[in-house]
Amino acid sequence: MHEMSLAEGMLQVLEQAAQTQQFKKVKTVWLEIGALANVEVPALEFAFEVVSRHSVADQAKLEIIHLPAIAWCMQCGKSVEIKQRYDACPDCGSYQLQVSSGDEMRIKELEVD
Amino acid sequence: MCTVCGCGAGETRVEGHEHHHHDHPHDHHHHGHEHSQDHAHNHSHEHHEHSIIRGLGTQHQHYGQGPARAHVAGLSQSRMVQIEQDILGKNNQYAQQNRRWFAEQGVLALNLVSSPGSGKTSLLVRTLTDLKEEFALAVIEGDQETANDADRIRATGVPAIQINTGKGCHLDAHMVGHALESLKPEPTSILFIENVGNLVCPAAFDLGEANKVAILSVTEGEDKPIKYPDMFHAAKLLLLNKVDLLPYLQFDVAKCIEYARRVNPDIQVLQVSATTGQGMNQWYQWLRMTQQMRLLGHPLASAATQTRPTGVQA
Repeated sequence: MHEMSLAEGMLQVLEQAAQTQQFKKVKTVWLEIGALANVEVPALEFAFEVVSRHSVADQAKLEIIHLPAIAWCMQCGKSVEIKQRYDACPDCGSYQLQVSSGDEMRIKELEVD
Repeated sequence: MCTVCGCGAGETRVEGHEHHHHDHPHDHHHHGHEHSQDHAHNHSHEHHEHSIIRGLGTQHQHYGQGPARAHVAGLSQSRMVQIEQDILGKNNQYAQQNRRWFAEQGVLALNLVSSPGSGKTSLLVRTLTDLKEEFALAVIEGDQETANDADRIRATGVPAIQINTGKGCHLDAHMVGHALESLKPEPTSILFIENVGNLVCPAAFDLGEANKVAILSVTEGEDKPIKYPDMFHAAKLLLLNKVDLLPYLQFDVAKCIEYARRVNPDIQVLQVSATTGQGMNQWYQWLRMTQQMRLLGHPLASAATQTRPTGVQA
């Protein structure tokens, strides 16, 4: 969807971190992306490569950590893994699910010079 | 391909051509978190010059959180910096600022989201015309180009400001913050933020609003809620618009509501027609009650009823 904005957001975070933590170059970025984050990873990689050119993150590598989407099933009374928001509970088929995680979009850590 | 983000490759699914969600090529880097120390990473960390930085120990350095989750003496690793920051963090900061301002001013901000052509602006124009005597109102209009919509709004006498996103496909909290500076909605007013007609991107960008209100027209498919689940998941209220056209369409209202509840069990659904006015009173009632709830115990609450004696009545 909005991967270019996200890539720009990432770059802002990296540039800020470069100032406060005093590094000159980002080599690798570990990104946590939840299954419901609506992030198209190839599009993000493409956008990040473009926006990071001649920046502190020029040529930086993106490492994606995929996080599962978890929902609380009210019928079963337990947490289940889902793939999409409209999924039924894989165990009982109910749609009474409260999504509890899976929309993460977080820069976890950086390898820097 | 989307010209903004270059998306269109990965998750594009063609029916009958199920392709797997890219088992991506980076797996071999997957920073063996579980590796024990003697098993030290097969990561290539040939940068010995970093030992100096490492020695300083003043910055945020945490060797146990490096790629190998351990620091191995003599085997230099690039400096690892753990930052744990949301990519949307910047937007969320601006959104918090907006939200604080809305709270102080007792402004009820609603983020109206829909696909293009759902009748969002017509619905808004009718709402403004019907409620402008009762409430102080203001509108932020988001569109990719043109000020046509803001002009339509201003024709009702309600102050409006247009944001053109240019290449962008959504409003963000920073744009809204700027718009607020020039629009200056009155205290205790209702602010409608008409987002760019797009059921995808605006779901992710918090503007600081109290609620998202999704508008879906019955000339669209009843399965939109599951086609664009994120938006309907994020919305508090669904206005099903153009219901006056139902006799001419094959639109299954019950099915649509069922789909919406699948992605959001809490969603409230109101059936309205901005053209005939059908159901609009329910929507106005929702606005009144939401604003009342918001002003309950607010220092500006009494001011709101004093200046607008006709207001806040069922």
